[in-house]
Amino acid sequence: MNGAQDLGGMQGFGPVAPEPNEPVFHADWEKRAFALTLAMTMPGQWNIDMSRFARENRSPTEYLSMSYYQIWFAALETMVTERDLVSDDEIVVGHSLHPPKPVPRILSPSAVAQVLYRGGPTERESNTQARFNAGDRVRTKNINPPTHTRLPRYVRGRLGTIERVIGCHVFPDSNAQGAGENPQWLYTVRFDGRELWGADGDPSVTVSVDAWEPYLVPA
Amino acid sequence: MTHDHEHHHEHGSDLSEMQLRTRALETILLEKGYIEPAAIDVLIETYEKKIGPRNGAQVVAKAWVDPRFRQWLFEDGTAAIGSLGFGGRSGNHLVALENTPSVHNMVVCTLCSCYPWAVLGLPPLWYKSAPYRSRTVADPRGVLADFGVTLPKDTEIRVWDSTAELRYLVVPTRPAGTEGWSEEKLADLVTRDSMIGTGLAKSPGDLK
Repeated sequence: MNGAQDLGGMQGFGPVAPEPNEPVFHADWEKRAFALTLAMTMPGQWNIDMSRFARENRSPTEYLSMSYYQIWFAALETMVTERDLVSDDEIVVGHSLHPPKPVPRILSPSAVAQVLYRGGPTERESNTQARFNAGDRVRTKNINPPTHTRLPRYVRGRLGTIERVIGCHVFPDSNAQGAGENPQWLYTVRFDGRELWGADGDPSVTVSVDAWEPYLVPA
Repeated sequence: MTHDHEHHHEHGSDLSEMQLRTRALETILLEKGYIEPAAIDVLIETYEKKIGPRNGAQVVAKAWVDPRFRQWLFEDGTAAIGSLGFGGRSGNHLVALENTPSVHNMVVCTLCSCYPWAVLGLPPLWYKSAPYRSRTVADPRGVLADFGVTLPKDTEIRVWDSTAELRYLVVPTRPAGTEGWSEEKLADLVTRDSMIGTGLAKSPGDLK
Protein backbone atom coordinates (compact mmCIF):
# COMPACT_ATOMS: atom_id res chain seq x y z
CA MET A 1 0.00 0.00 0.00
CA ASN A 2 1.09 3.55 -0.64
CA GLY A 3 1.27 4.30 3.07
CA ALA A 4 3.58 6.28 5.28
CA GLN A 5 5.81 3.24 5.81
CA ASP A 6 7.10 3.67 2.26
CA LEU A 7 9.50 6.45 3.17
CA GLY A 8 12.28 6.20 0.57
CA GLY A 9 12.96 9.60 -1.01
CA MET A 10 10.61 11.65 1.17
CA GLN A 11 11.99 14.96 2.36
CA GLY A 12 11.61 17.16 5.39
CA PHE A 13 12.26 14.74 8.26
CA GLY A 14 15.49 16.48 9.21
CA PRO A 15 18.84 14.99 10.13
CA VAL A 16 19.44 11.48 11.46
CA ALA A 17 20.05 11.71 15.18
CA PRO A 18 22.17 8.84 16.54
CA GLU A 19 21.86 8.38 20.30
CA PRO A 20 25.16 7.77 22.10
CA ASN A 21 25.22 4.57 24.20
CA GLU A 22 21.68 3.76 23.19
CA PRO A 23 19.98 1.03 25.24
CA VAL A 24 18.34 -1.88 23.38
CA PHE A 25 14.96 -0.74 24.70
CA HIS A 26 13.90 2.68 25.96
CA ALA A 27 11.13 1.57 28.32
CA ASP A 28 9.97 -1.59 30.00
CA TRP A 29 6.78 -1.69 27.92
CA GLU A 30 8.88 -1.74 24.74
CA LYS A 31 10.50 -4.97 25.92
CA ARG A 32 7.09 -6.49 26.56
CA ALA A 33 5.63 -5.29 23.25
CA PHE A 34 8.63 -6.72 21.41
CA ALA A 35 8.68 -10.08 23.15
CA LEU A 36 4.89 -10.53 23.07
CA THR A 37 4.96 -9.92 19.33
CA LEU A 38 7.64 -12.58 18.85
CA ALA A 39 6.00 -15.08 21.18
CA MET A 40 2.61 -14.66 19.54
CA THR A 41 3.94 -15.80 16.18
CA MET A 42 4.23 -19.29 17.68
CA PRO A 43 0.48 -20.10 17.70
CA GLY A 44 0.69 -19.72 13.91
CA GLN A 45 -2.30 -17.46 13.39
CA TRP A 46 -0.47 -15.10 11.00
CA ASN A 47 2.77 -14.83 9.04
CA ILE A 48 5.46 -12.14 8.96
CA ASP A 49 4.01 -10.45 5.87
CA MET A 50 0.62 -10.14 7.57
CA SER A 51 2.42 -8.59 10.57
CA ARG A 52 4.12 -6.04 8.36
CA PHE A 53 0.83 -5.16 6.72
CA ALA A 54 -0.87 -4.81 10.11
CA ARG A 55 1.82 -2.28 11.05
CA GLU A 56 1.69 -0.20 7.88
CA ASN A 57 -2.06 -0.34 7.35
CA ARG A 58 -3.02 2.89 9.10
CA SER A 59 -3.37 6.52 8.11
CA PRO A 60 -0.07 8.26 7.35
CA THR A 61 -0.84 10.82 10.04
CA GLU A 62 -1.15 8.09 12.62
CA TYR A 63 1.84 6.08 11.38
CA LEU A 64 4.18 9.05 11.53
CA SER A 65 2.99 10.13 14.97
CA MET A 66 3.55 6.72 16.60
CA SER A 67 6.82 5.38 17.97
CA TYR A 68 8.27 2.19 16.55
CA TYR A 69 7.06 -0.11 19.31
CA GLN A 70 3.72 1.68 19.53
CA ILE A 71 3.22 0.56 15.93
CA TRP A 72 4.29 -2.99 16.80
CA PHE A 73 1.93 -3.08 19.74
CA ALA A 74 -1.01 -1.64 17.80
CA ALA A 75 -0.45 -4.27 15.10
CA LEU A 76 -0.36 -7.03 17.71
CA GLU A 77 -3.66 -5.84 19.19
CA THR A 78 -5.15 -5.74 15.71
CA MET A 79 -4.00 -9.25 14.86
CA VAL A 80 -5.10 -10.93 18.08
CA THR A 81 -8.54 -9.34 17.83
CA GLU A 82 -8.96 -9.98 14.08
CA ARG A 83 -8.12 -13.66 14.62
CA ASP A 84 -10.56 -13.90 17.56
CA LEU A 85 -7.79 -14.80 19.98
CA VAL A 86 -8.80 -11.82 22.11
CA SER A 87 -11.98 -9.75 22.02
CA ASP A 88 -12.40 -5.99 22.30
CA ASP A 89 -14.18 -6.19 25.66
CA GLU A 90 -11.23 -8.13 27.08
CA ILE A 91 -8.84 -5.42 25.93
CA VAL A 92 -10.99 -2.81 27.65
CA VAL A 93 -10.96 -4.59 31.03
CA GLY A 94 -7.47 -6.10 30.73
CA HIS A 95 -8.57 -9.63 31.57
CA SER A 96 -9.76 -12.76 29.84
CA LEU A 97 -13.57 -12.88 29.78
CA HIS A 98 -14.13 -15.69 27.28
CA PRO A 99 -12.69 -19.16 26.71
CA PRO A 100 -9.47 -19.18 24.68
CA LYS A 101 -9.40 -20.12 21.04
CA PRO A 102 -7.55 -23.42 20.69
CA VAL A 103 -4.09 -22.90 19.15
CA PRO A 104 -1.72 -25.64 17.96
CA ARG A 105 1.31 -24.53 20.01
CA ILE A 106 2.74 -21.81 22.17
CA LEU A 107 6.32 -20.73 22.81
CA SER A 108 7.93 -22.43 25.79
CA PRO A 109 10.98 -20.90 27.46
CA SER A 110 13.13 -23.92 26.66
CA ALA A 111 12.29 -23.63 22.94
CA VAL A 112 13.20 -19.96 22.52
CA ALA A 113 16.83 -20.44 21.46
CA GLN A 114 15.94 -23.16 19.01
CA VAL A 115 13.00 -21.23 17.53
CA LEU A 116 15.16 -18.14 17.04
CA TYR A 117 17.96 -20.18 15.53
CA ARG A 118 15.56 -21.76 13.08
CA GLY A 119 14.15 -18.35 12.16
CA GLY A 120 11.96 -18.14 9.10
CA PRO A 121 13.76 -19.13 5.90
CA THR A 122 11.81 -17.91 2.85
CA GLU A 123 13.66 -19.75 0.08
CA ARG A 124 11.58 -22.45 -1.63
CA GLU A 125 12.13 -25.16 -4.23
CA SER A 126 11.23 -24.11 -7.73
CA ASN A 127 10.29 -26.00 -10.84
CA THR A 128 10.47 -22.90 -13.03
CA GLN A 129 13.46 -21.22 -14.62
CA ALA A 130 14.40 -17.73 -13.55
CA ARG A 131 13.34 -15.37 -16.32
CA PHE A 132 16.29 -13.01 -15.84
CA ASN A 133 20.04 -13.42 -15.54
CA ALA A 134 22.66 -11.25 -13.90
CA GLY A 135 23.40 -8.29 -16.17
CA ASP A 136 19.93 -8.17 -17.76
CA ARG A 137 18.29 -4.78 -18.00
CA VAL A 138 14.83 -4.69 -16.46
CA ARG A 139 12.15 -2.14 -15.73
CA THR A 140 10.08 -2.25 -12.58
CA LYS A 141 6.35 -2.17 -13.05
CA ASN A 142 4.29 0.78 -11.97
CA ILE A 143 2.03 -0.96 -9.47
CA ASN A 144 -0.04 0.62 -6.70
CA PRO A 145 -1.78 -2.18 -4.81
CA PRO A 146 -3.79 -1.16 -1.75
CA THR A 147 -2.45 -4.37 -0.18
CA HIS A 148 1.05 -5.27 1.04
CA THR A 149 3.91 -4.99 -1.43
CA ARG A 150 7.68 -4.80 -1.12
CA LEU A 151 8.30 -2.69 -4.21
CA PRO A 152 8.94 0.81 -2.85
CA ARG A 153 7.42 3.75 -4.71
CA TYR A 154 10.77 5.36 -5.47
CA VAL A 155 11.84 2.46 -7.69
CA ARG A 156 8.56 1.90 -9.56
CA GLY A 157 8.72 2.33 -13.33
CA ARG A 158 12.52 2.60 -13.21
CA LEU A 159 15.23 1.04 -15.32
CA GLY A 160 17.72 -1.14 -13.50
CA THR A 161 20.12 -4.03 -13.89
CA ILE A 162 19.85 -7.50 -12.42
CA GLU A 163 22.81 -7.76 -10.11
CA ARG A 164 22.12 -11.18 -8.72
CA VAL A 165 19.63 -14.02 -9.03
CA ILE A 166 18.91 -14.79 -5.38
CA GLY A 167 16.60 -17.77 -5.57
CA CYS A 168 12.92 -18.55 -5.34
CA HIS A 169 11.34 -16.93 -2.28
CA VAL A 170 7.94 -16.58 -0.63
CA PHE A 171 6.08 -13.72 -2.35
CA PRO A 172 4.98 -11.25 0.33
CA ASP A 173 2.31 -9.62 -1.85
CA SER A 174 0.50 -12.95 -1.86
CA ASN A 175 1.47 -14.25 1.59
CA ALA A 176 0.29 -11.07 3.34
CA GLN A 177 -3.22 -11.63 1.99
CA GLY A 178 -3.43 -15.24 3.10
CA ALA A 179 -3.31 -16.25 -0.57
CA GLY A 180 -0.44 -18.68 -0.07
CA GLU A 181 3.32 -18.39 -0.29
CA ASN A 182 3.26 -18.36 -4.09
CA PRO A 183 7.09 -18.44 -4.30
CA GLN A 184 8.65 -16.32 -7.04
CA TRP A 185 12.17 -15.72 -8.31
CA LEU A 186 13.87 -12.98 -6.40
CA TYR A 187 16.58 -10.69 -7.76
CA THR A 188 18.82 -7.93 -6.53
CA VAL A 189 18.18 -5.06 -8.93
CA ARG A 190 20.53 -2.12 -9.06
CA PHE A 191 19.57 1.40 -10.09
CA ASP A 192 21.72 4.36 -10.96
CA GLY A 193 21.15 7.31 -8.62
CA ARG A 194 20.22 9.55 -11.54
CA GLU A 195 17.65 7.08 -12.84
CA LEU A 196 15.90 7.38 -9.49
CA TRP A 197 16.41 11.04 -8.65
CA GLY A 198 16.95 12.75 -12.00
CA ALA A 199 19.81 14.83 -13.28
CA ASP A 200 20.54 16.19 -9.80
CA GLY A 201 21.10 12.69 -8.44
CA ASP A 202 24.58 11.87 -7.18
CA PRO A 203 26.33 10.01 -10.05
CA SER A 204 28.54 8.14 -7.57
CA VAL A 205 25.49 6.49 -5.93
CA THR A 206 23.66 3.30 -6.86
CA VAL A 207 20.71 1.85 -4.97
CA SER A 208 19.73 -1.82 -4.96
CA VAL A 209 16.47 -3.42 -3.93
CA ASP A 210 15.50 -7.07 -3.80
CA ALA A 211 12.63 -7.49 -6.23
CA TRP A 212 10.44 -10.47 -7.06
CA GLU A 213 9.92 -11.44 -10.69
CA PRO A 214 6.29 -10.26 -10.85
CA TYR A 215 7.59 -6.70 -10.20
CA LEU A 216 9.81 -6.76 -13.29
CA VAL A 217 9.59 -6.63 -17.09
CA PRO A 218 12.45 -6.98 -19.59
CA ALA A 219 13.90 -3.69 -20.81
CA MET B 1 -8.08 0.42 19.72
CA THR B 2 -7.80 3.67 21.63
CA HIS B 3 -7.94 3.97 25.36
CA ASP B 4 -8.11 7.08 27.47
CA HIS B 5 -5.56 6.68 30.18
CA GLU B 6 -4.77 10.34 30.60
CA HIS B 7 -5.70 10.25 34.27
CA HIS B 8 -3.05 7.83 35.38
CA HIS B 9 -3.67 8.47 39.05
CA GLU B 10 -7.03 6.74 38.76
CA HIS B 11 -5.03 3.57 38.37
CA GLY B 12 -3.16 4.23 41.52
CA SER B 13 0.18 4.60 39.79
CA ASP B 14 2.09 6.78 37.42
CA LEU B 15 2.31 4.09 34.75
CA SER B 16 2.23 5.40 31.22
CA GLU B 17 -0.58 4.56 28.85
CA MET B 18 1.68 2.19 26.95
CA GLN B 19 2.74 0.42 30.13
CA LEU B 20 -0.90 -0.09 31.03
CA ARG B 21 -1.87 -1.29 27.60
CA THR B 22 1.00 -3.75 27.23
CA ARG B 23 0.42 -5.04 30.75
CA ALA B 24 -3.29 -5.51 30.01
CA LEU B 25 -2.67 -7.42 26.81
CA GLU B 26 0.05 -9.55 28.41
CA THR B 27 -2.38 -10.42 31.22
CA ILE B 28 -5.06 -11.47 28.76
CA LEU B 29 -2.66 -13.57 26.66
CA LEU B 30 -1.36 -15.24 29.81
CA GLU B 31 -4.83 -15.93 31.25
CA LYS B 32 -5.84 -17.47 27.93
CA GLY B 33 -2.75 -19.66 27.83
CA TYR B 34 -1.28 -18.22 24.64
CA ILE B 35 2.02 -17.27 26.25
CA GLU B 36 4.37 -18.54 28.93
CA PRO B 37 5.76 -15.62 30.94
CA ALA B 38 9.19 -17.22 31.25
CA ALA B 39 9.44 -17.37 27.45
CA ILE B 40 8.80 -13.61 27.32
CA ASP B 41 11.63 -13.05 29.77
CA VAL B 42 13.99 -15.30 27.80
CA LEU B 43 13.22 -13.44 24.58
CA ILE B 44 13.99 -10.09 26.21
CA GLU B 45 17.17 -11.36 27.81
CA THR B 46 18.33 -12.87 24.52
CA TYR B 47 18.13 -9.58 22.64
CA GLU B 48 19.35 -7.44 25.53
CA LYS B 49 22.33 -9.58 26.45
CA LYS B 50 23.15 -12.34 23.99
CA ILE B 51 22.56 -11.27 20.41
CA GLY B 52 24.27 -8.00 19.49
CA PRO B 53 26.90 -6.32 17.33
CA ARG B 54 29.65 -8.32 18.99
CA ASN B 55 28.48 -11.26 16.82
CA GLY B 56 28.99 -9.27 13.64
CA ALA B 57 32.32 -7.91 14.86
CA GLN B 58 33.56 -11.49 15.19
CA VAL B 59 32.55 -12.18 11.59
CA VAL B 60 34.33 -9.07 10.32
CA ALA B 61 37.48 -9.69 12.34
CA LYS B 62 37.70 -13.23 10.99
CA ALA B 63 37.25 -11.94 7.45
CA TRP B 64 40.14 -9.53 8.04
CA VAL B 65 42.60 -12.23 9.07
CA ASP B 66 41.45 -15.34 7.21
CA PRO B 67 41.44 -15.04 3.39
CA ARG B 68 39.60 -18.33 2.89
CA PHE B 69 36.86 -17.32 5.30
CA ARG B 70 36.69 -13.93 3.62
CA GLN B 71 36.15 -15.51 0.21
CA TRP B 72 33.49 -17.85 1.61
CA LEU B 73 31.79 -14.94 3.38
CA PHE B 74 31.33 -13.00 0.14
CA GLU B 75 30.30 -16.10 -1.82
CA ASP B 76 27.86 -17.54 0.71
CA GLY B 77 27.31 -15.24 3.67
CA THR B 78 24.68 -17.47 5.28
CA ALA B 79 26.96 -20.52 5.39
CA ALA B 80 30.12 -18.68 6.38
CA ILE B 81 28.40 -16.75 9.17
CA GLY B 82 26.51 -19.89 10.17
CA SER B 83 29.86 -21.63 10.72
CA LEU B 84 30.44 -19.19 13.60
CA GLY B 85 27.08 -20.11 15.11
CA PHE B 86 25.06 -17.09 13.98
CA GLY B 87 21.89 -17.23 11.93
CA GLY B 88 18.19 -17.86 12.21
CA ARG B 89 15.69 -15.13 12.86
CA SER B 90 16.50 -12.06 10.75
CA GLY B 91 19.56 -13.85 9.50
CA ASN B 92 18.33 -16.87 7.54
CA HIS B 93 19.67 -15.35 4.31
CA LEU B 94 22.78 -13.28 4.96
CA VAL B 95 24.77 -11.30 2.44
CA ALA B 96 28.12 -9.71 3.29
CA LEU B 97 29.07 -6.52 1.45
CA GLU B 98 32.71 -5.67 0.93
CA ASN B 99 33.87 -2.12 1.52
CA THR B 100 37.05 -1.21 -0.36
CA PRO B 101 38.96 2.05 -0.74
CA SER B 102 36.79 2.80 -3.79
CA VAL B 103 33.39 1.31 -2.79
CA HIS B 104 31.34 2.07 0.33
CA ASN B 105 28.20 0.09 1.14
CA MET B 106 25.25 1.32 3.24
CA VAL B 107 22.23 -0.66 4.36
CA VAL B 108 18.70 0.66 4.93
CA CYS B 109 15.13 -0.62 5.05
CA THR B 110 12.91 2.10 3.60
CA LEU B 111 9.70 0.07 4.08
CA CYS B 112 10.09 -1.02 7.71
CA SER B 113 13.11 -1.93 9.79
CA CYS B 114 14.70 -5.06 8.29
CA TYR B 115 18.08 -5.53 9.92
CA PRO B 116 20.41 -8.51 10.43
CA TRP B 117 19.40 -9.30 14.02
CA ALA B 118 21.46 -12.50 14.03
CA VAL B 119 24.71 -10.57 13.71
CA LEU B 120 23.87 -7.06 14.96
CA GLY B 121 21.03 -7.55 17.43
CA LEU B 122 18.04 -5.22 17.35
CA PRO B 123 18.38 -2.03 15.32
CA PRO B 124 19.03 1.35 16.96
CA LEU B 125 16.23 3.89 16.96
CA TRP B 126 17.80 6.00 14.22
CA TYR B 127 17.86 3.03 11.83
CA LYS B 128 14.07 2.71 12.21
CA SER B 129 13.45 6.46 12.06
CA ALA B 130 11.88 8.44 9.22
CA PRO B 131 14.98 10.60 8.64
CA TYR B 132 17.22 7.59 7.99
CA ARG B 133 14.68 5.56 6.02
CA SER B 134 13.70 8.47 3.80
CA ARG B 135 17.06 10.03 3.02
CA THR B 136 19.58 7.18 2.75
CA VAL B 137 18.45 6.10 -0.71
CA ALA B 138 18.43 9.65 -2.10
CA ASP B 139 21.24 11.40 -0.24
CA PRO B 140 23.55 8.85 1.38
CA ARG B 141 26.39 11.36 1.61
CA GLY B 142 24.15 13.71 3.56
CA VAL B 143 23.27 10.88 5.94
CA LEU B 144 26.94 10.01 6.35
CA ALA B 145 27.58 13.65 7.24
CA ASP B 146 25.04 13.30 10.08
CA PHE B 147 27.35 10.58 11.42
CA GLY B 148 30.42 12.72 10.93
CA VAL B 149 31.66 10.63 8.02
CA THR B 150 32.95 12.24 4.82
CA LEU B 151 34.09 10.07 1.92
CA PRO B 152 36.08 11.16 -1.14
CA LYS B 153 33.85 12.46 -3.94
CA ASP B 154 34.85 9.64 -6.27
CA THR B 155 34.08 6.86 -3.78
CA GLU B 156 31.25 4.80 -5.18
CA ILE B 157 28.38 4.52 -2.71
CA ARG B 158 26.16 1.47 -2.94
CA VAL B 159 22.95 1.62 -0.95
CA TRP B 160 21.13 -1.65 -0.25
CA ASP B 161 17.42 -1.34 0.53
CA SER B 162 16.43 -4.52 2.43
CA THR B 163 13.10 -5.18 0.73
CA ALA B 164 13.11 -9.00 1.01
CA GLU B 165 14.32 -11.47 3.67
CA LEU B 166 17.97 -11.04 2.74
CA ARG B 167 19.88 -9.34 5.50
CA TYR B 168 22.98 -7.34 4.70
CA LEU B 169 26.17 -7.01 6.72
CA VAL B 170 28.80 -4.49 5.69
CA VAL B 171 32.41 -5.60 6.10
CA PRO B 172 34.35 -2.38 6.67
CA THR B 173 37.91 -1.94 5.46
CA ARG B 174 40.57 -3.04 7.92
CA PRO B 175 42.22 -0.06 9.59
CA ALA B 176 45.90 0.62 8.98
CA GLY B 177 48.34 -0.19 11.74
CA THR B 178 46.66 -3.44 12.79
CA GLU B 179 49.08 -5.91 11.22
CA GLY B 180 49.51 -9.01 13.34
CA TRP B 181 46.53 -8.24 15.62
CA SER B 182 44.46 -11.13 16.95
CA GLU B 183 40.85 -11.57 15.83
CA GLU B 184 39.70 -10.71 19.32
CA LYS B 185 41.60 -7.45 19.40
CA LEU B 186 40.49 -6.57 15.87
CA ALA B 187 36.85 -7.16 16.81
CA ASP B 188 37.14 -4.23 19.25
CA LEU B 189 37.62 -1.96 16.23
CA VAL B 190 34.44 -3.09 14.52
CA THR B 191 31.58 -0.81 15.47
CA ARG B 192 27.91 -1.52 14.87
CA ASP B 193 27.67 1.51 12.58
CA SER B 194 30.62 0.31 10.50
CA MET B 195 28.64 -2.87 9.78
CA ILE B 196 25.58 -0.85 8.69
CA GLY B 197 27.70 1.48 6.60
CA THR B 198 27.05 4.69 8.53
CA GLY B 199 30.49 4.52 10.10
CA LEU B 200 34.00 3.24 9.58
CA ALA B 201 35.96 0.83 11.73
CA LYS B 202 37.88 2.46 14.54
CA SER B 203 41.59 3.00 14.14
CA PRO B 204 44.04 1.67 16.73
CA GLY B 205 44.38 5.17 18.19
CA ASP B 206 40.62 5.28 18.99
CA LEU B 207 40.99 2.39 21.45
CA LYS B 208 43.34 4.28 23.76
